[in-house]
Amino acid sequence: MSLVELKDVTVRQGAQTVLQHVDLSVRSAEILTIVGPNGSGKSTLLRTIIGAIRPTGGQVVRKAGLRIGYVPQKLHIDPTLPLTVRRFLSLPDRVSDDAAARALSHAGAEGVSSQQMASLSGGQFQRVLLARALLSRPDLLILDEATQGLDQPGSAAFYRQIEAVRRDLGCAVLMVSHELHVVMAASDRVICLNGHVCCEGAPEHVASAPEYRALFGTGTQGALALYRHEHNHTHDHAHGTGHAQSHDHKHDKDRAAS
Amino acid sequence: MTFLDDFLIRAALAGLGVAIAAAPLGCLVVWRRMAYFGDATAHAAILGVALALTFQTSVFAGVLAVSLAMAAVISGLSGRGYAMDTLLGVLAHSAIAFGLVAVSFLSGVRIDLMAYLFGDILAVSKTDLGVIWGGAVLVLLLIRWRWSALLTTTLNPDLAHAAGLDPKREQLVLTVALALVVAVAIKVIGALLIAAMLIIPAAAARPFASTPERMALIAGGIGALSVLGGLQASYHFDTPTGPSIVCVSAVLFIAASLSDLVGRRIGRR
Repeated sequence: MSLVELKDVTVRQGAQTVLQHVDLSVRSAEILTIVGPNGSGKSTLLRTIIGAIRPTGGQVVRKAGLRIGYVPQKLHIDPTLPLTVRRFLSLPDRVSDDAAARALSHAGAEGVSSQQMASLSGGQFQRVLLARALLSRPDLLILDEATQGLDQPGSAAFYRQIEAVRRDLGCAVLMVSHELHVVMAASDRVICLNGHVCCEGAPEHVASAPEYRALFGTGTQGALALYRHEHNHTHDHAHGTGHAQSHDHKHDKDRAAS
Repeated sequence: MTFLDDFLIRAALAGLGVAIAAAPLGCLVVWRRMAYFGDATAHAAILGVALALTFQTSVFAGVLAVSLAMAAVISGLSGRGYAMDTLLGVLAHSAIAFGLVAVSFLSGVRIDLMAYLFGDILAVSKTDLGVIWGGAVLVLLLIRWRWSALLTTTLNPDLAHAAGLDPKREQLVLTVALALVVAVAIKVIGALLIAAMLIIPAAAARPFASTPERMALIAGGIGALSVLGGLQASYHFDTPTGPSIVCVSAVLFIAASLSDLVGRRIGRR
């Protein structure tokens, strides 16, 4: 049985259609990763799943009593708000010192309990966010670009932690990421999103799909192509035949304009 | 209760009631950067006074109704073209202007406008005291009940959503609490200075607090100290009481900021 199912979900924000006709389901205990270029609706998709955004069309079906642990992309804490790590872990529900310590150790952030949130390093901060998400004993852990601002070894370590968490706690993991090469190795299933679901399947399958290559480049250069994609928005790679006709991708328009 | 026959004791109790209710609410207002929101809601109270006198209902009810309406209008208009500070600037000043004009139409009734603008804590009756403490306790209970949800929402609305909370509902709780505080505080501190009782003690408490709860407690202490100090000062120097209370809390804020600054300097060495 799937934990969350999206049926033909469309989300419009103002005049813009961010997601159209998205079908997706998250199964228990799987690691599902969503990849896609900037502005492809990844964060919108996650926020629709947690209920922060109401879809314009279609429906989101959550398993009854589903517990979600959410790790946001970034968390700004106003400097006027004093907050220790220990206090943060008790939001919104109070947890025992024992449970808090266990969650911190699961997330790989032992011994920071009495520190102020504002004093943590980027890596520690993300791990504390993860620890808090684990405390609700989630069936589904949702991470939105959780490694943003971490360096390469830092984010690789973070993903190993996620795998360990899944192994130890048995929760499903739904995450969004840019770091394809790291993420794809750690995922059971990958969905490539660009306003709609371009393609989905096992990581190897998606990596070789023409739709995916159209967005991210080919072969082992995928990660590099993505990097270029983000920084100067050029799309000088070859398209899979037939792909350009079947989908209305942004990059097609970009190329036509250049 | 004969001790309530002393007007100074009634004044002190009224001030303490407002200070205690304003402390946790004031912290939330500071954390959520709603200072101007508080100001606009408070300024609308003058219009509430005018309406209450026109329709001969209690001032408390009139102020509460108009403050709630004001908060609803702000929430409804936000995110529709104007920046929030512009919107609040328009609404806060319009509310007080319309209120003052409305009061001027009430030629039949003799009202002391200054009492509603700056408070008249020395004229608090036993009935007023009952209303003030009733409202204060209600605000404290409301905030205590929703505290965790309010904090989570303040931190990040998406975290609240994921935990099954509704940030809009928590915003509503906050709005109601704010309107209640304005309604009970207008007699004590006056429409123009209510926001000061919310914000200054909370801001003064920040350097000494490590958790949200402690900040609220310390803010309550600073607020109470301001009320008692302000009453004393007003008695000795024959100054208006409401502004005196705010002056004392401002001095406490400056002292807190200076001690924090000095503490950091020494800590860095």
